[in-house]
Amino acid sequence: MSKILLEMKNITKTFPGVKALDNVNLQVEEGEIHALVGENGAGKSTLMNVLSGIYPYGTYEGDIVYDGEVCQFQTIKDSEKKGIVIIHQELALVPQMSIGENMFLGNERGRKNAINWNETYGEADKYLKMVGLSESSRVLIKDIGTGKQQLVEIAKALAKHAKLLILDEPTSSLNETDSRALLDLMLEFKKQGMTMIIITHKLNEVVYVADKITVVRDGSTVETMDCHTMEIDEDRIIKGMVGREITDRFPKRSDVKIGDVNMEVKDWTVFHPLYAERKVVDGVNFNVRQGEVVGIYGLMGAGRTELAMSIFGKSYGSDITGTLSIKGQEVNLKNPREAIDAKLAYVTEDRKGNGLVLSNPIRVNTSLANMKGVSNNGVIDADKEYQIAVEYKDKLKTKTPSVEQNVGNLSGGNQQKVLLAKWMFTSPDILILDEPTRGIDVGAKYEIYCIINDLAKEGKSVVMISSELPEVIGMSDRIYIMNEGKFVGEMKAEEATQENIMACILQSTGGGEAG
Amino acid sequence: MSNKYLDVLKKNAMLIVLVLVFIFFTIMTKGQMFEPMQFNALITQNAYVFVLATGMLMCMLTGGNIDLSCGSFVCFLGAIGGILMCVKNLSPGVSIALMLLVGVIYGCVLGFLIAYVNIPPWIATLAGYLAFRGWGTALLSANSSTGSLSFATQPTFLSIFSGKIFSTPMGQLNVVCFVTGIVASALVVVVNFLTRANKVKKGYEADSLISVIVKSVLAVAAILLFAYKLAMSGGIPTVLIWVVVIVLIYSFITSKTNLGRYFYTIGGNAEATRLSGVDTKKIMFFAYLNMAVLTAITTYIVTARFQAANSTAGTNYEMDAIAACVVGGVSAYGGSGKVFGMVIGATLIGVINLGMSLTGVDANWQKIVKGVVLLAAVVFDIFAAKKNATK
Repeated sequence: MSKILLEMKNITKTFPGVKALDNVNLQVEEGEIHALVGENGAGKSTLMNVLSGIYPYGTYEGDIVYDGEVCQFQTIKDSEKKGIVIIHQELALVPQMSIGENMFLGNERGRKNAINWNETYGEADKYLKMVGLSESSRVLIKDIGTGKQQLVEIAKALAKHAKLLILDEPTSSLNETDSRALLDLMLEFKKQGMTMIIITHKLNEVVYVADKITVVRDGSTVETMDCHTMEIDEDRIIKGMVGREITDRFPKRSDVKIGDVNMEVKDWTVFHPLYAERKVVDGVNFNVRQGEVVGIYGLMGAGRTELAMSIFGKSYGSDITGTLSIKGQEVNLKNPREAIDAKLAYVTEDRKGNGLVLSNPIRVNTSLANMKGVSNNGVIDADKEYQIAVEYKDKLKTKTPSVEQNVGNLSGGNQQKVLLAKWMFTSPDILILDEPTRGIDVGAKYEIYCIINDLAKEGKSVVMISSELPEVIGMSDRIYIMNEGKFVGEMKAEEATQENIMACILQSTGGGEAG
Repeated sequence: MSNKYLDVLKKNAMLIVLVLVFIFFTIMTKGQMFEPMQFNALITQNAYVFVLATGMLMCMLTGGNIDLSCGSFVCFLGAIGGILMCVKNLSPGVSIALMLLVGVIYGCVLGFLIAYVNIPPWIATLAGYLAFRGWGTALLSANSSTGSLSFATQPTFLSIFSGKIFSTPMGQLNVVCFVTGIVASALVVVVNFLTRANKVKKGYEADSLISVIVKSVLAVAAILLFAYKLAMSGGIPTVLIWVVVIVLIYSFITSKTNLGRYFYTIGGNAEATRLSGVDTKKIMFFAYLNMAVLTAITTYIVTARFQAANSTAGTNYEMDAIAACVVGGVSAYGGSGKVFGMVIGATLIGVINLGMSLTGVDANWQKIVKGVVLLAAVVFDIFAAKKNATK
């Protein structure tokens, strides 16, 4: 047994009114990858903020013992000096600056008042090599993809001489290939003796990299599993997270009659709005029937969101060609309003960015896409609006003290429910759900799946875009596979397996150019 | 209980500050501040702020956007009005209509540039700020040897936008004015109680009976005091009617209509609003068109008050309007702010101005004080927001 690098003892952190952490204990051995898992709001991020000094010593109870000594960090700088470096979920890079400038931001190379640019870029290149990036450190951040940006963050951490690296949801915005590369890099670092803590929702990643798994639930550490002595699989971890066995991650849909074709898309081609020669969606054909849940699987960047948004009143892209038919009628939807009027709904993947008005209450968000439904001649019927919001809150089991609560104060799962409520209130026939369960915890996911099933039962058509294979397979009646802007396969749910879907994608990659 | 108490204080902080500042100046001026004439001055001197700040509020709601050109446009439009009435000898009615038309045209151009060409508002309006001051001054110099056109010969125009209704001599109680005050307070009481009764009937969360009574008593006291003082100073200033009508209309729009709702949601998240089927460009266009129309009304009020169009008219008006909004709790980032708050903010600045003039504070120091008040208001807002967030 190697030595304990970090021990957090009886950590208790209270915010006014809530106990975010309650007697948490965490032990991390030197040279291991330790995974922290738990539902949203369980306290994982709070714990890491305590460790890195974001919540300074004195604002919490308990001890942090690092490398044999008790630490009292006042700021992030203090913890970084000791080699504890945290990489946050939201990338903290300045897009208009170069990789090198970003890497040494606040930690500039050179003399006190003059930056030594040669040293900056020289050092930066060295660290970039360590994370396997071939880009020059003089390239601007905005010119590289998110996957590479994540690697820059890691290189930045290395430049701070990290001994304990904390990665908070490092793969949440990465596609499968980039995620895998990142995890492999972590394993590589482990070989070199680095200690790491990873926080993630993606349990397959936990199983892939972790040596030990600590489960956090409701502000306490529930258990720590050792992956080398125990048989660990995803179901076992979920059981720890939710405190019970979830027998079926995907609720069954029974007695749903699949009817006529509700929406049909033919030869749909979309070009990038800024780079007019770039085809983002290329000759896509698909349809969805009444009561049917159709899954569109594709990696990030495959053009799924672009496809959905271009269908939804041409809210994305330029030079859109192809035909869109709803209930057998060819339609030309020129803006989101016309799409909504045609009974189409697009539930965005980016609920904070373009889905919800976070600074406004649930009530306002619920009615926003259908103000006509709560007003007379443009004057809002406040009673009706309130009642509608309460009705959907109850129907979707949104957890909130009141519908006057600002959406920004809700957890991810509850925000997603408000977003769904908004679109359900437009009484659509066809719903396009873009990554409906992104970044929400296991329990809330299950509830979202139940809502999807209810929608199908009501005879609505659901198009579910997802990059989680189990979800697509578990929820869909039919699956389309999208890669590099094209649909490269279609299969019934019964035929679909993770293997043959991935095979579909691998076969098509790069093949499009040659053929 | 004490928490609830604090909440009420915090919500009405600016109102309380306003009362305290008023009392402070009343003491400092040995009661001069409390004389009827000063109540009249408070309204006539600040009417332009209320009107312009209403327009500015609508712009700011859409995301902290401002209009820097409104002050200069007042000067330009005043010059147009002067030429129409004094040089071309057109009737006041036609002149008013033509000035409004010029305002609408400018509003359309500005709205188009900002909403459809995507020029950042402060740059588009900075152009207007520079150009209209010059253009207005040039028009005035070309048409008058003194650089100023007098409206003294336009009694109709003056009576629509300045002066008093049923004017009576100073120190004599103006019955119409006082009765209007009584009617207004009765209306406020009825509305307050009806609103609460309606909420209770439908089982919604409603303010306690005591708080409604307290609120009504305070409102009635304030209205009656104002009505009495105005009645003693000769009657209702005509501009007060304009200001009240505009404030009421925009209170209604912002709080009760779909259109008003969209201003707030665009400020909160423009993209989410667009994807919810709202024509966000049209709303932005409307914000600036509306601003130009209210600027035209401001021009009528201001030229009528000074009985002239001159090249310094409207100087720094845009800043006064922005300051009134910010002090009144309108977010500089958009998405939040109420017409009532803006009214309090504008009144507070007006009271400070008036008080400092009466106490003989040096003009330069007046500017310093106003700057500090503005900063303090924003700092207070940020701290209040933080406190709320950690709750």
